Amino acid sequence: MIQLTEVHKYFGHNHVLKDISLTVQTGEKLVVIGPSGSGKSTLIRCMNLLEKPTSGKVVVDGVEITAHNAPVAKVRQQVAMVFQQFNLYPHKTVLENLTLAPIIVGGVAKEEAEESGMKYLDRVGLRAKANAFPSQLSGGQQQRVAIARALNMRPKIMLFDEPTSALDPEMIQEVLDVMVDLAHEGITMVVVTHEMGFARQVADRVIFMDEGEIVEQGTPEHFFINPNHDRTKLFLSKILR
Amino acid sequence: MVGPFAGFKWLALFANWKVFAEGFLTTLLASSLSLCLALVLGIIFGVLGSTHFKFPKAINRVYVEFIQNTPLVIQVFFLFNGLPHMGIMLPVLAVGVLGVGIYHGAYIAEVIRAGIQSIHRGQMEAALSQGFNYVGAMRYIILPQAARVVLPPLANQAVNLIKNTSVMALIAGGDLMYRADSWSSETLHYGPTYVVVGLLYLSLCFPLANLVRYLEKRAEVSA
Repeated sequence: MIQLTEVHKYFGHNHVLKDISLTVQTGEKLVVIGPSGSGKSTLIRCMNLLEKPTSGKVVVDGVEITAHNAPVAKVRQQVAMVFQQFNLYPHKTVLENLTLAPIIVGGVAKEEAEESGMKYLDRVGLRAKANAFPSQLSGGQQQRVAIARALNMRPKIMLFDEPTSALDPEMIQEVLDVMVDLAHEGITMVVVTHEMGFARQVADRVIFMDEGEIVEQGTPEHFFINPNHDRTKLFLSKILR
Repeated sequence: MVGPFAGFKWLALFANWKVFAEGFLTTLLASSLSLCLALVLGIIFGVLGSTHFKFPKAINRVYVEFIQNTPLVIQVFFLFNGLPHMGIMLPVLAVGVLGVGIYHGAYIAEVIRAGIQSIHRGQMEAALSQGFNYVGAMRYIILPQAARVVLPPLANQAVNLIKNTSVMALIAGGDLMYRADSWSSETLHYGPTYVVVGLLYLSLCFPLANLVRYLEKRAEVSA
């Protein structure tokens, strides 16, 4: 479903991704962990080309999006992203946030987009907020709206870039609950997170990144019980108190 | 010795009110048309200046720096005297509209560029991630948000633009200032003429200036 081949990314002289090759299978739940500055956000942002790799190949759903003149916008409709800062459209109501892209980009009829939008709002428990503006919602509610917005694109792949890192502690669980619910659905998910409980609960595979490299990968069981590398152990010992 | 504001001068002026009404309408027309032109240019060049690509940015800089750092009078004279040499004969009104429009377009481009750059980059990323192309993201996501930020400085530009249409007096533009100038140099009734004309400009600009204050206040409240 997603295939990265020998991907390198430089920001100036800063080598943030070093020769990353990685395949995400259809339906797989992949969780990426690692210290800040390890390149995990850059990695996930390469998967929908919000960051363009300096070299290497990214293939999504059979389309090489790193190719010259690749239909990137078309592919992005299949690859929804949820951001750390939510990035809801503040000038639009909650429901309009959900329907704007499907109507304009996806060519879906307005009534249809609104109907499915309400369905997804229902699913994240925010049907009552359909006509509110994002600024009237709490952080947790905004992130749930962002997830519903992503779902209303009917994506094949969902990318989560630290979706709970900007939230107050008491709001993290409500967002994780929605994500766990989603994970049981068979959609392909790539999640960058520090939530180890979530990783344990839903991940098919966990990747540990440090200094732009994939240091170690494996099942959650392997990872949390018996990691191989010292760097992984050190990181886990810091994060799992 | 007759005073500059002698009563008969006022009477003569009011008897000739049509001269000033025509000038007022021409100024109004020139202002509206050049504001439209300035807005179109401002949006195009403002968007160009807000991109991360070198070439569009360079185009924006050349336009803005060239126009902002030369006097409006020279630009209008250049159009007025230069265009006929290139075989382009335009009515004076059109020359005025072009000159003032291009001039304020450069200022509005800077206003728009600043407005766009004040929108968090996460907005563009969210739009792109949903499959919008750059133009679509600008149109549906970025510009509507930037519009709220730039409304007060835009209205301020409109005030300046109205006042600057008076440059048309220098090329026989038929605008309010030109009519005032020619009528008063015929009659030598300078005093009442410039008072009345000043008040007419004030009647256009003062409400707009108040609109600026209102918009600024509203922007503060919602921010």
